Amino acid sequence: MTAPASTLREPQGGAQTVDLVQRFPGIVSVDERPGYTGFFVEKDKLVEVATAIRDEFGFDLLTAVTAVDYLPDNKMEVVYHAYKTTGGPGLVFRVQVERVDPIEVPSLIDVYPGADLQEREAWDLFGIKFTGHPDLRRILMWEGYEGHPLRKDWQEPFFEEDFKPFKSRWPEGKHVLAEEKNPFKDNLKFPQDFDPEKWIPENDEMLYQSLKRYTVESEDGMGTDRIVVNMGPQHPSTHGVFRAAITLDGETIAGLKPVVGYLHRNHDKIGERNTFLQNMPYTDRLDYFNSMSNNLAYAITVEKLMNIPVAERAEYIRVIMAELSRIQNHLVFIGMLLNDLGAMYTPALYAFEERELILDIFEEVSGARMMCNYLRFGGVVRDVTPNLMHKIKDLVFDRLPAKTDEMERLLSENEVLVSRLQGVKVVDAETAIKYSVTGPVLRAAGVPYDLRRADPYSIYDRFDFDVVTRPSGDMMDNYLIRVDEIRQSLRILEQAVKQIPDGPINSQKPQYQVRVPAGEAYGRIESPKGELAFYVVSNGKPNPWRYHVRPASFVNITCLEQMCIGTKIADFVALLGMLDIVMGELDR
Amino acid sequence: MYGKGILKGLSVTWKRFWDTYLEDISWMLSGKKRYFTEEGIRHRSSKHTRGIFTVQYPEEQLITPEEFRFVPFLVYDEGAEGKKEVRCTSCGICAKVCPPQCIWIVRSNDPNTGRPIPEPTEFYIDADICMNCGFCSEYCPFDAIKMDHDFDIASYSRNVYGMEKLLKPASYYAGIRPENYTREEEARKAKEAAKAAKAAAKAA
Repeated sequence: MTAPASTLREPQGGAQTVDLVQRFPGIVSVDERPGYTGFFVEKDKLVEVATAIRDEFGFDLLTAVTAVDYLPDNKMEVVYHAYKTTGGPGLVFRVQVERVDPIEVPSLIDVYPGADLQEREAWDLFGIKFTGHPDLRRILMWEGYEGHPLRKDWQEPFFEEDFKPFKSRWPEGKHVLAEEKNPFKDNLKFPQDFDPEKWIPENDEMLYQSLKRYTVESEDGMGTDRIVVNMGPQHPSTHGVFRAAITLDGETIAGLKPVVGYLHRNHDKIGERNTFLQNMPYTDRLDYFNSMSNNLAYAITVEKLMNIPVAERAEYIRVIMAELSRIQNHLVFIGMLLNDLGAMYTPALYAFEERELILDIFEEVSGARMMCNYLRFGGVVRDVTPNLMHKIKDLVFDRLPAKTDEMERLLSENEVLVSRLQGVKVVDAETAIKYSVTGPVLRAAGVPYDLRRADPYSIYDRFDFDVVTRPSGDMMDNYLIRVDEIRQSLRILEQAVKQIPDGPINSQKPQYQVRVPAGEAYGRIESPKGELAFYVVSNGKPNPWRYHVRPASFVNITCLEQMCIGTKIADFVALLGMLDIVMGELDR
Repeated sequence: MYGKGILKGLSVTWKRFWDTYLEDISWMLSGKKRYFTEEGIRHRSSKHTRGIFTVQYPEEQLITPEEFRFVPFLVYDEGAEGKKEVRCTSCGICAKVCPPQCIWIVRSNDPNTGRPIPEPTEFYIDADICMNCGFCSEYCPFDAIKMDHDFDIASYSRNVYGMEKLLKPASYYAGIRPENYTREEEARKAKEAAKAAKAAAKAA
């Protein structure tokens, strides 16, 4: 079967054009492991090199910071992915250190403040101390937790084997419930000499300590107290179990720390136990509003590693599904934003009606409304039937444009809404880039950075659409940009449903065990919430050695504190709503 | 004029409010029932829906599309005298591909020779762990395990399904997935015909 396939992608990187080695001889060296790109940087000079990368080479957006545990080599590696907001390929640089505690790597928080939460995550899950980080606490696991779960020698409570498939399932698979093998109590690991009776939770103490730096003496000599208010984790407006510890000066926010991890399930570790294919349905559960986009990001990453083409028809189907997903996400965003602002349910239910119709399409093609699990490496699972294509066309040409207009008629000119949104700053362009904010929030601040154009993936370079931006970055712009993006998505869809060719839907034979050569890949897409990326390292075995998700929601809330300081507490809910977070993706 | 935007917005909600009644009246005049009929539900989940669009579960249920997938079941063919010919050969591909590892299979062994025979002795699906991804049915080479449509499985205890619960006849499968069934049957017949032709060619 020879599929008319889109051309093979260039091997990742292209970063070799950057002459980092010449600039830092002896400090920087090219990573020559097969399948890898980028540079090794000496640990001690990391900050210096990173400053040069940002200022001299222009890589102003640090998208991902993550670590890899190379247990066989007894090395721990921190990987940085930097990009230019003007577009183009990225730069991968990494630090390798001996895997002996304490593992220390200098923090990049002064060069790229966006590294804040991601470094905390690497500390939490790998135990890498980032020296110079002002607030290096655990972020996803709880304080007092024993061990660092993403290390390769760490085992979870119900540990059975390092890699799936487990041998106990076949051919002698007598069913046992996990809890029967592993009764309660024994499945928790405590630090030695730990006594729950005497334990004083220190994480809250540390959290409030980190907020203390905002204490200022009052200016007029009057003694005023700052109070700490905890919003969440159970709060109707925090979109899930999200907690923010907020220091208040009167009604003004003086300091804020996001507290996350309540929904943490160590997606990365599960992903490393799984085979490559088995991860596909797990990605659905990240941003459960956009499982099609999540599938796409993961498929792109593994296809990069495998270096296989994608069937032409499948590329179009992927684009159609991803854009439909974006439309329903933005519609629900608008509806839920109004919910947050107090316009209970009318806009939200109007949005849900259209979403329902889009989910019907997903259900018909993939078998599930939300957990689609639709993409495979090299293509998609099943074809879009002519009947379904007709349905999609109905939505794209008739219904959705009209309903978007209706949504605008309902809201955009409403004086109450406008006076609530206009002029309330969300974030300006400079801060957004500094804090690695991506997605509509960045574009609403005036930065035309859309991965569909800046670093085209799939077949987006064939479609005619605009990267919409808005000038001011206030709340109104953040609302309007979603409406604009719905229209642009419709434009893409109109072209895609017209141009879609016939043909096979997968360039590969269906196989449950894919062969993935050793190497690394960083695949990123413009998900409706920002840049969604997967970093996958393979060692040639059936399971990924490292599987990392770079979720848009998680990195975007790095900026939440900057957004909120100086605004009123009443704006916090709306500001959080603007970031459009989903806890499934944020906590992983 | 201040308030114009609000009025514009209100006109939208006003229109939506009346749409339900207009729709009801027009269905009534044409003598059709909008509620509690398949036609009505289909209309409410089509692009023409306007006014109220909710489906009143459980009296009404959304029409499940053919590809809808829920916890899998095992297909058996009805042989002579009601004998259940289980399609499963206990090859173990479903157990290997299952992402949450909820499938447990005991392979049968011939009591005399000790060699494996293609039939499962026991087959478990832990429905509490199953994530309804559909990989098992997708990669099964014998069309022996298929995804079900029966999603109403709430219970007071754990849902660990054994063979007796999992086995469902091929006619049931043909009922819930007619298109898939026909396609697979055709493929199987074509394969058998090719095999027979090959055997005939060899004999000749």
